[in-house]
Amino acid sequence: MIRLAQYGRCLAGVIRREALRWVHQHGRFVSALVRPLVWLLIFATGFHFVLGVSIIPPYETYIPYEVYIAPGLVAMIQLFNGMTSSLSIVYDREMGSMRLLMVSPFPRGFLLSAKLLAGVAVSIVQVYMFLAIAWFWDIAPPPVGYLAVLPALVISGLMLGALGLVLSSFISQLENFASVMNFVIFPMFFASSALYPLWRVKEASPSVYWISEVNPFTHATELIRFALYGRLNAPSLAIVAAYTALFWIIAIRAYDPGRGLAVRRPVAE
Amino acid sequence: MSAIEAATVYTPAADTAPVPALSVESVSHAFSSRQVLADVTFSVPPGGFTLLLGLNGAGKTTLFSLITRLYYSASGTISVYGHEIRREPLAALALIGVVFQQPTLDLDLSVEQNLFYHASLHGMSRHAARPRIEEELARAGLADRRRDKVRQLSGGLRRRVELVRALIHNPPLLLLDEPTVGLDVQSRRFLLEHVRGLCAERGTGVLWATHLVDEASPDCQIVLLRHGCVETAAPAAELVRQAGNRNLAAVLEGLLREGKP
Repeated sequence: MIRLAQYGRCLAGVIRREALRWVHQHGRFVSALVRPLVWLLIFATGFHFVLGVSIIPPYETYIPYEVYIAPGLVAMIQLFNGMTSSLSIVYDREMGSMRLLMVSPFPRGFLLSAKLLAGVAVSIVQVYMFLAIAWFWDIAPPPVGYLAVLPALVISGLMLGALGLVLSSFISQLENFASVMNFVIFPMFFASSALYPLWRVKEASPSVYWISEVNPFTHATELIRFALYGRLNAPSLAIVAAYTALFWIIAIRAYDPGRGLAVRRPVAE
Repeated sequence: MSAIEAATVYTPAADTAPVPALSVESVSHAFSSRQVLADVTFSVPPGGFTLLLGLNGAGKTTLFSLITRLYYSASGTISVYGHEIRREPLAALALIGVVFQQPTLDLDLSVEQNLFYHASLHGMSRHAARPRIEEELARAGLADRRRDKVRQLSGGLRRRVELVRALIHNPPLLLLDEPTVGLDVQSRRFLLEHVRGLCAERGTGVLWATHLVDEASPDCQIVLLRHGCVETAAPAAELVRQAGNRNLAAVLEGLLREGKP
């Protein structure tokens, strides 16, 4: 059996590579940070006077709109991170470095977990950088919130990363990433509680409300929103955990050498 | 024994015939209805250089994918020093070093960072990996390039780095899938000599896939793959003798193009 220390070294190596790649790809680094800030600046400023948010948990007072959407933007950072790492897997597979990972003598489930955790670690660093900048925008949750949000970020990052893994196994070509944007990122983000409270959505359209209720992104957002104010949203936690398990099982199956999608898909000769 | 420790301790049982470095037995594989490999059988001895010769589409890459557990074969068995890839994938993979057909280095990372990443994928500590990396880089004449970004290296040097990477964990079986594609004459010669040296000095078993007949030498084994079937499997010297002592490259060229020497 492979010793535990060796697992640790392998995991550390995969995380280090992900971090190095992230730092070296300046475009990815900057856009990951600028994207939510642009939303915060343009979207929240524009809607500041249009949308009032009444007092709903976890907030205890009336809050400006930018405070409302901050947790959604945090979840968006993780969503984009999950999707770009899925893109990077598709890219890796075309370029062959996914193969390099897969010929490592560690169990494949462990290798996929390492890849997933590496992505989550990078996304958490991005989130804290965003929260630090947002603090200057008067988006200042209580100090305990900054600590309490960490476990929430880990689990929501795992869920969105596992979703990325699943998608990466279905997408055979790099070009299809545009359709991921159209059919996954945008619907998940807009049909959720990230931009508007669900009770408002319910008033406007019951069907969109139900879509939002089953949307895993809604629950990632709510988990983060409550955690940021030092509170636990148990239903969201349960739903996020269930989705994580579901995506994870599909991802493991998809990468299984015995029945995975690679079996059906010929590689270029 | 740990799968990874097995990479350095692979002593076959002394009382039996030497265990082949790689043994492929009756392997067939199909993608949906298209048969890619049919009843492929051959073996690579430790210290032997085996040339897997075939035109594009002959099934070479599929065979490599099966040996490296990218997916499983529908039928047949593949063993690495006696470890069957389906039953003991971890022990088998620990003994294999691979140079893939496509480039697989991270271009934005330095040579050294790429190599440490690979070492970690084999569970090696940085402490243990460092002397191995230095040794292999020096052997490949890359000692002064270790801090360079891979992006700054020429195609030939990148391939050398990939060969170095495949050797970090000291594998007794080395697989190379068309490693010389796109390289100039000098880089090709360097790679070939380097790998032949490994066979002679370390007893590494080598499977080298190519469609270039001039990469064969009289002392290697030839396995000729056509449309997923092994057409010829014999020592190169034997083929030359059968063909009336003609030039090896010409003999292989004939076999490859027309199916006769």
